[in-house]
Parts: sequence; C-alpha cells; structure tokens
Amino acid sequence: MSKFFIKENASVVISGAAGQGIETVEQFLTRIFKNSGYYTYSTKEFMSRIRGGCNSTEVRISSKPVSAYVDRIDILIALSEDVFQHLESRISENTIIFSEHKNNLDSSLKVVDIPLAKLSKEAGGKIYANTIAAGLVFGLFSIDFSIIELELKKIFLDKPAEILNNNLKAAQIGYDLGQKYTNDNGIEIDIPKNPEAKDNMLVNGTDTVAMGCIAGGCNFISSYPMSPGTGVLAFLARQADDFGIIVDQAEDEIAAINTGLGAWYAGARAMVTTSGGGFALMSEGVSLSGMLEIPIVIHIAQRPGPATGLPTRTEQGDLELALYSGHGEFPRIIFAPGTPQEAFELSQKAFSLADKFQSPVFILTDQYLLDSLYSIDSLDFDSIEVHNHFEKTNQDYRRYELTENGISPRGIPGYGEGLVVVDSDEHDEEGHITENLDIRNKMVEKRLKKLDLIKKEIVPPELIGLELYKTLIISWGSTKKVIEEALNSLNDPEMALLHFCQVYPIHSSLKDYMDRAENLIIAENNATSQFGKLIKLETGVEIPYKILKYSGMPFSVEEIVKELKEVCHGCKQL
Amino acid sequence: MDVNSYNLENIDIAWCPGCGDYPILDTLKNALAELDIPPNDLVMVSGIGQAAKTPHYMRANVFNGLHGRALSPATAIRAVNRELTVIAHSGDGDMYGEGGNHFIHTIRRNPNITNIVNNNMVYGLTKGQASPSSQRGYVSSLQTVKSDPFNPLAVAVALDASFVARGFSGDKDQLKEILKKAISHKGYALVDIFQPCVTFNKINTFKWFKDNTYYVDDSYDPTDRVAAFQKAIETDKFPLGVIYTNPDKPVFEDDLSVYKENTEPLYKRQVDIKEKLKVLAYSKR
Repeated sequence: MSKFFIKENASVVISGAAGQGIETVEQFLTRIFKNSGYYTYSTKEFMSRIRGGCNSTEVRISSKPVSAYVDRIDILIALSEDVFQHLESRISENTIIFSEHKNNLDSSLKVVDIPLAKLSKEAGGKIYANTIAAGLVFGLFSIDFSIIELELKKIFLDKPAEILNNNLKAAQIGYDLGQKYTNDNGIEIDIPKNPEAKDNMLVNGTDTVAMGCIAGGCNFISSYPMSPGTGVLAFLARQADDFGIIVDQAEDEIAAINTGLGAWYAGARAMVTTSGGGFALMSEGVSLSGMLEIPIVIHIAQRPGPATGLPTRTEQGDLELALYSGHGEFPRIIFAPGTPQEAFELSQKAFSLADKFQSPVFILTDQYLLDSLYSIDSLDFDSIEVHNHFEKTNQDYRRYELTENGISPRGIPGYGEGLVVVDSDEHDEEGHITENLDIRNKMVEKRLKKLDLIKKEIVPPELIGLELYKTLIISWGSTKKVIEEALNSLNDPEMALLHFCQVYPIHSSLKDYMDRAENLIIAENNATSQFGKLIKLETGVEIPYKILKYSGMPFSVEEIVKELKEVCHGCKQL
Repeated sequence: MDVNSYNLENIDIAWCPGCGDYPILDTLKNALAELDIPPNDLVMVSGIGQAAKTPHYMRANVFNGLHGRALSPATAIRAVNRELTVIAHSGDGDMYGEGGNHFIHTIRRNPNITNIVNNNMVYGLTKGQASPSSQRGYVSSLQTVKSDPFNPLAVAVALDASFVARGFSGDKDQLKEILKKAISHKGYALVDIFQPCVTFNKINTFKWFKDNTYYVDDSYDPTDRVAAFQKAIETDKFPLGVIYTNPDKPVFEDDLSVYKENTEPLYKRQVDIKEKLKVLAYSKR
C-alpha cells in the first residue's frame, strides 16, 4: 500500500450527522493532544438542527501554535455516508479516509474500511462510535494511552462507571486500529511535540468574550437567546453565583437592552449579547443610551443575514448595522476582536470605555471566532482593574451639567444627596424635559464632544509583517489569523497585514499606512466590503482589490493564498 | 415626610387644565409622604405619553425612558438596588399597547415595583387616537374601534399578579389608600387608574366614570383568585379597589443568587475578579 506522510501539522476532520457526538470528539481530541504536547486548533461547521444533516469538526494538530481554518483534510473520519458529498471539495488524494461507508467513491481516493457499527456494539452500543473514532486518531499518533485514560476519567467523572468503562473500551478499540495501521506502514506522522503546549488553555471565543466582560466588572446581563450570541449568556449564567452576576433572560431583545440600561443607571455594569437579528430590535436602546448618556456594552455575534439567514454560520455582515444603529446623532465605539486574547482584552475595555464615556460600546464578533477552540498560553489577569466612574452626588447635583469636555459626572440613585434624573426627551442640565432650542444645541454639542475624547483612546491597528511592505492587506475581526497564516505560507517580505480590532472610530494612522503601500487589498467575510466603505468615508481612499466571502463559511488559509496570488498577479509576480 | 418635599418649583406642566393626571400626581405625593419615602430613595420610571411626564413634575430620581419600556428598566433598577422604591408610571397606551409584552412578563417575574397606569382610554399626546383600552364602538379622529378593549385586570389576575387594583382619579382619598397598599406591597403591584381625558375622550368622562364604577366592599376577599377574575371581567359597572393579591408569590430580585449572602446594592460591592478568574482559567488548562 502507498504510505501517507504528514509533517509539521495535521488537519483531522470528523464528520457525521448531528447527534453522532462530533462535539464530544472535538473535546477528546483537543484536550488529549494538548496534554500530549501538541498545539491544537479546532473549528466546527454545523447545520441548524438537533439531529441528522451533516456537520464537521476540523482539529489541527501542530508542533507550532496554529489558529486558522484550512480546507485541506489529512485525516478524515466519516461517520455517515453524507460526509463525502458534504466535504467533496475538501477531499483529495492526499486525504486518508477512515469509514465504513465507501460506496460510490472515486477509486483514486484512499479509504480505509473500519467496521464502526460492529465495533461500537462491542464497546456497548452505537453511541460509542465517536469515541472509537477519537481512539483511532490517538492510535495513528501513538499517543500515550495513560493520557487518554486520565482525560476520559476527568470528562466522565460525574457519569456512572459503566459509561466511563464503555468509553475506555471504545477508545482502546479505536486506538488498536490506529496503531495497527501505523505499524503496517500505512502512515507516517512527523509532528514534533512541544512540552510547553501542555500548559496551554483551551478556550473558544465565547469563553474569552465572557471572561473579558467579567474582567471588565460585568455584574448584570439581560439577553434573549440567539445563536451564536447565546454562549456568552450561558457562560455568565454558569459563573453568576461565583462572580455575583445578575442574569436575566428577557422576554425579547427590546426588554433586554432597556433592562441593561436600567441596571447601569442604578449602578450595575451591564451587557447584552445577541446576533444581528436580535440586535435589530435593540436599536432603540442604542439611541436611548446615546441620549441618556448611560453606558451599555453590546455583544453582537454576527451570523449571515438578512433576516434569519444562516443561523449557525459565520459572516462579518453587521458592521454597518452596529455603526448606524439608533436614531439621532451620538458617539459610539466598535471593537472587533480577531483572537481570543483580543476578545478578552477588548471586552474588558468595552466596559471601562462605556463607563468612562457614558456611551454604547459594541463587541462585534462572529460564529467563527466564538465557536473556534484555541490553544493559548495565557490571558493577562494581573492587569485587571475595574474602576467605577459614578460619583456620590450632593444636593445641587445636575445629571447633565454642561462641562468643558462634554462628560457630566454620573450619579446613581440613592448614593448621595442629589436626585438623578434622566430623560429620553431632550433635557436640561437637571435632566428634565425641555423644548428650549438653545439648550438643545448645547446638549447636542455636549454629547458629540465626547467623540473627541474617545478618539484619544482608539486601539491602533496592528501591522503584521515588515514596515517596508509594498502590498498591504487590511483585515478586521475574526479573519486575522487566517490571513496571517496565509502570509506566512506565501513568505513574501513585501506583503504585510494591517489588522483592525477597533473598527470605529478608525485610528488616524490608517491613512499613512495606506499611503505607503503600492497595492492595497481588503479581505472581509461579507459581500459588500463594509469596512472598505467605512475606510473610504474616513480617508477618501477606495481600496481597489477586495477579497470577499459570503457563503456562510470562514475564509480558509488556502483561499486567501490563492486570492492573494490572483489579485497580485497583475501587480507583481509572486 | 412633608408632602412639600416632593414639590418641584418653577415647572411648566404640559397637561390640559382639568386633566385627570393632576389629581393622580397630587395623590401619589400624599401617599408617598404618608409612607415616609424620601425622594432620594424613590425612582420614578416612565415611558412616553402625557401620564409618562408625571415624574418630571415631582422631586424624585427619574428614569424617563422609551415608549412602552418603563417596566424593563424598573425591574433592573430594583434588582441592582433593593434599597430603592421603584414606581413605573405611564398611561394605557404605553403600558398596555407598546409595552404589552413587557407588561405580561413583568407580572410573571414579580419584581417588587409598583406599576401605576393612568387609564383614560384614549391617546392624548398623539391627539385622540384609540388606545388599547378604548371601548368597542369608540369613534376617534382615526377610527371606529372594532375590537374589545384590553382588560389589564383580567390579564393580571390570569397571570397571578401579586397585587391588582383599580382606582379613579376623581376619588383622591380612596386612590391614596390604594396607592399606599400597592407601594407597601412586596412584589409587583398594578394600579390601573381610571381618569377622564377632558380634551379627546368625550365618551368616558368624569361623569361616565362616576356612573359606571363602584367600590368593592369590605366583605370582598381579594385573595380568592377565581372571585377576583369574576370581578376583573365585570363591565356593566367596573369595580374599584384592591381586586386581587397573592402575597406568597416569590419576588424576582429576592430570589437572585447575588442576594443569598449579601444584601448590599450591587454598586457597593467589590468582587475579587482577578483571583476568581485565575481559578476559572485554570479549569481550561
């Protein structure tokens, strides 16, 4: 038989129907490979259903840190027949397929028959097929079985002994198959281990957005469940007792944001989490935040629209929605983290800036970032600092006192001698309703003045690559690591990436970065280049080359490589 | 508490002369004074409409938010600071129309807030259109009402609201007693207040309310839910007074885990986030 070689990093994909336990396999693989000394990254794509259909999880196993989706599949475990059609474009003669479903497959493909149905019966039932699959992968990599045993014991700690024993049996059956295949010279894997990887944390974007919010002092969340934003609500609900967080599942998104504003008014630090469709209902609350000058942190987990769109897929299609939501004119801040670390830091910052500038702050993520599982060395917990910006009031307190910089000290009811009066109507300095047009002018100017202060604290873009670039690719949000890996593989010193994790207001250095480039490219996971349009609005520069994807899937490393080669073909030989 | 402590000087009131909102405002101040609730510990939350302007005409902390949304911030304010007395005060259009969903679900949650609804069966601020409580056949500048009115009392009793009452702006003494009971009640308390709109509603006038209402008497047992529902659906003459109470219903914020071992408002608290997060992160290793 022909032998397969896998070097440096492997892309292992497990695919099957919803309900076949693919998510559990992801957990087994990532934890056990990490504990064995590999860097891992995994990402999943799934249909909006509880049973059936076809879902897949890609687990990358590497000697160096990896955190991007690749199309390439080195090892495929197909748990159902639908997998081959579902993943057709990603399977090649370089893919080794383990499956008992091999009818009608191209003879050029390498398929290893594994009688999963029969074997899982031996382990205790067909629900153990997924554990056999995981065991098979461990066998191919000759993972120390004691690490597998320990991890399974941890995972099934609270379950009856029979479940643990059956899983151990299943893992062993799979493991032996994998070992046999390796020993029979079917495959050679050369991925050096790195002991440092063992100490890493496995976190997904949801975890770090939520932990960042906690680090920002979040003690109140009111939201209505909507994929992919629900994870943050669920995370905070699990931590509510420990961190003293009030969690309220609102009757709708309108209630959610109005509740959040009420919480801030009375001295809490509140957030809402949703997706574009739910956020559409919240836009009156964004406007209210602008008028009342009450902070609010809004997490928008983007998924493809319009309307219900593709509920479980990814897109960067709601930048303009966040940017222009809410009637009237008032300042706002929009963050778009590209990594779990950025999500952690920016979510903290969202709370501190919302509080400081008494304005709405957005954390704009997407399904891809939130559901991807990253192996990271640490998060910076030591610099966590929560400073409340409200003040004790005196008898003469006026909530909207006109000040030089536009920020009026924020009082909260019951703290001090003053009365805290806020009004969605135009109001005077005390907060009472007014139709005095002179006061109206002063209040508009006061609110907008805060933007000048906000601009002093913009997170600058990050240049990845050399300063003397000729081609500059601009990205924002979750596409960062995919483009970074694509650039690494192109290895062209004249190409650099400029990544924005704050997309509004845009940092003033952008113009200079663009002026220094001969070729400008923007890559966005949407159809109309929303960030490109914003850049044109802010700088007057139209970026000529746009790499756009709007199928509901994230960019793959290979796609970016291919697009960059094509886009640059005219301007430069790669 | 001196009732004058709620008076706000130099205010330009937007209500029409003779509006039912005036006696309701006066009565509310008297009720608060008798209950000894200082303006600093009181938060008046409102939405949009003529009734929703009430908080601007008295001394209190005020959250005058968006149309129909008063109950959401009111619930939150009370949840993060249980030392505050929270009153959500608006009109029938705001609470029962635009805010209908919040009305239903706030009753289910049962936060310890008072919900005062000035019910004049018409939209005043937008100049005379029908409201959810306008009666079938009511003719406005926009429509002839072809649906039955929203019955807030029946909905509230159906949802087992913990306190349901109806008052009339023309009877200040009775209204004061109802408001005092509502504000003192532990849990969500609805006070629907009939009031004439002298400008737009020529059908449901002061005299009409006088002729078409009566007070439940001392023999009435407001804890009997079935009897309360019967009262709530009476329409030949509308009952006034406390229609229903369920004092045993758990209060939303009192059940929150943040108050298990600590009674302080959230703003006074310090949580050791750093160390706890480190522990949490360790579980991800």
